[in-house]
Amino acid sequence: MEIANLPDLGPIASELTLAIGGMALLLLGAFRGDGALRLVGYGAVLLFGLAAVLVIGQPNETVLGFHGAIIMDPFAKFMKVLILIGSAVAVIMSLNYLEQEKLDRFEYPVLIVFATLGMLMMVSANDLLALYMGLELQSLALYVVASFNRDSLRSTESGLKYFVLGALASGMLLYGSSLVYGFSGTTNFPSIAEAATGHGMPLGILFGMVFILAGLAFKVSAVPFHMWTPDVYEGAPTPVTAFFAAAPKIAAIALFIRVMMGAFPEAVAQWQQVVVFISIASMVLGAFAAIGQRNIKRLMAYSSIGHMGFALVGLASGTAQGIQGVLIYLSIYLVMNAGVFCCILAMRRAEGMVENIDELAGLSKERPVLAFVFAMFMFSLAGIPPLAGFFAKFYVFVAAIDADLYALSVIGVLSSVVGAFYYLRIVKIMFFDEPAEPFEVPLAREVSIVLTLSSLFTIFFFVHPSTLISLATTAAASLSSGAVAVVGH
Amino acid sequence: MVVAAIAFYIFAGIAVAAAFMVIAARNPVHSVLYLILTFFSAAGLFVLMGAEFLAMILLIVYVGAVAVLFLFVVMMLDVNFASLREGFLQYLPIGALVGFVLFLEMVMVIGTWVIAPETAHLAQSPIPPLGDVTNAEAIGRVMYTQYIYFFQAAGMVLLVAMIGAIVLTLRHREGVQRQSITAQVGRRAEDALEIRKVEPGQGISEL
Repeated sequence: MEIANLPDLGPIASELTLAIGGMALLLLGAFRGDGALRLVGYGAVLLFGLAAVLVIGQPNETVLGFHGAIIMDPFAKFMKVLILIGSAVAVIMSLNYLEQEKLDRFEYPVLIVFATLGMLMMVSANDLLALYMGLELQSLALYVVASFNRDSLRSTESGLKYFVLGALASGMLLYGSSLVYGFSGTTNFPSIAEAATGHGMPLGILFGMVFILAGLAFKVSAVPFHMWTPDVYEGAPTPVTAFFAAAPKIAAIALFIRVMMGAFPEAVAQWQQVVVFISIASMVLGAFAAIGQRNIKRLMAYSSIGHMGFALVGLASGTAQGIQGVLIYLSIYLVMNAGVFCCILAMRRAEGMVENIDELAGLSKERPVLAFVFAMFMFSLAGIPPLAGFFAKFYVFVAAIDADLYALSVIGVLSSVVGAFYYLRIVKIMFFDEPAEPFEVPLAREVSIVLTLSSLFTIFFFVHPSTLISLATTAAASLSSGAVAVVGH
Repeated sequence: MVVAAIAFYIFAGIAVAAAFMVIAARNPVHSVLYLILTFFSAAGLFVLMGAEFLAMILLIVYVGAVAVLFLFVVMMLDVNFASLREGFLQYLPIGALVGFVLFLEMVMVIGTWVIAPETAHLAQSPIPPLGDVTNAEAIGRVMYTQYIYFFQAAGMVLLVAMIGAIVLTLRHREGVQRQSITAQVGRRAEDALEIRKVEPGQGISEL
């Protein structure tokens, strides 16, 4: 009788921390009862910090764990740190809101911790099973937080809609996975890549790959799988929307890159077509559909669809340079997004939150600092130099041009110009329209700290961009060492 | 082997017939009962393949939990299924046409389907042969060793599902009187009773 050895837990140290810590916070909340939100919330932020330290402490090389089911490399490190930052910021931003809206139940931070656990598992997945487990853990927690305001019709509708469509996307992903497994005989990414080499890829694997692509495109809300995004963003409580727009998107893009580069490096020519299409469609729809929106959260939903399109431009190039561009894009997008949602959280009057963009009229007279910061984020999202958003777009488009994707780059830049219209309209409303009723409720202290930090980052990114760029270069190189040689036109 | 073949055809036939009845039965409760019959037949097929562990799991999980849950839902929801079926015949021709086109397309795709020869060896069954170990043992060997990560992850998914169900549905209603055993046990006679001397004809002034 052989006794199984304890597997090496080093590569999943951060996941273990979140899993055990999350359960501990759940117990803490259950025993303390109501009113434990702040305690559990700060506990969750502490956990994210601890997990980030553990991630950064991982060796700078590729480590496999659990019979190759998970992988830990600089790419995973980079993405995991981004996700942990995004989740920590989301928890910090939500505490005050939840108290004001009488939603202060301790399960909220616990669910965010478990969602983050799922995202870390997605980033580390090196196997179709690990991919699906992480994705489901993340999605299930997100469905619940979307309808966290269960007495609001719109919040429950958004949760239900997200759940039904998410289940459909999971079904497509599973169908694709089963085809890939059936035709390659394995669920492990490198083994799938191996099975797909030789003279031509089996049609079944290609079929499965497209279904997996569709499932993943749903999770990043890329066109044509974006239908859920505006309704869910509008209906969910505002800090939940802020969370949705950042960390889960980053995790899904990371998974997207991992699957395409890890499992299907031989099929670049095939998936490139698909990624180019959804990237163009997302950029164009994000730019045009946002023009008619009056609700700031719906507008941000279309904006995030567009931004995911821009991020996918980097992946479409299929090179290490493109991946580096995606990583830089996501880092900057995370920061800008946190800042914008802090500003949206400030749109509060005594009677409650307001979401219509016309309510912002004349903000520059009442609260000049807030108006300036809001306008600065809008310029940055539109990609106007020297703000950080410009550099984000710059790196993905340079990669796309180096990969000879001229049409993609031109359409991307043009849709970015169209998108600038609705960002700048918000600036116009704030600075040049007749003042509406002012927002008298001041921002909570922790939200203003997040707002300050993110606006400093956005303004002063151009002073010292090299740290982020070199980190992204290392991360991208670790991932695509095998794939670069394959790419070629 | 004749017995096994006969058993196979009986189970398979019942499974297909019952599956058809699931969608054909007019009463939804009958549909669920037919679904249970389908599960039973599928379990029988598993036993014939030598996978008795899976057969038992199928019975316990699907018949014991899932189908019974369906039954509860069907009986508790007041849905008029007869009205849902209205117009079924009206849309039958177009539905049949779409189905026929899909069928033709599938025939055309599958007819030209080529499987690369080198993938055949990869798709070989990875489990140890049934003669060496029983299927329960084969699952047990890998469940907590090779697949421990996925197993624990599935546990986390279930935990989140449970938290979610509680967060979204549990309500503490106001005005509901709950039993508090400590308060009951800790109650003393002095707290509850007051003995007063009542003068004849006076009554008690205040309560």
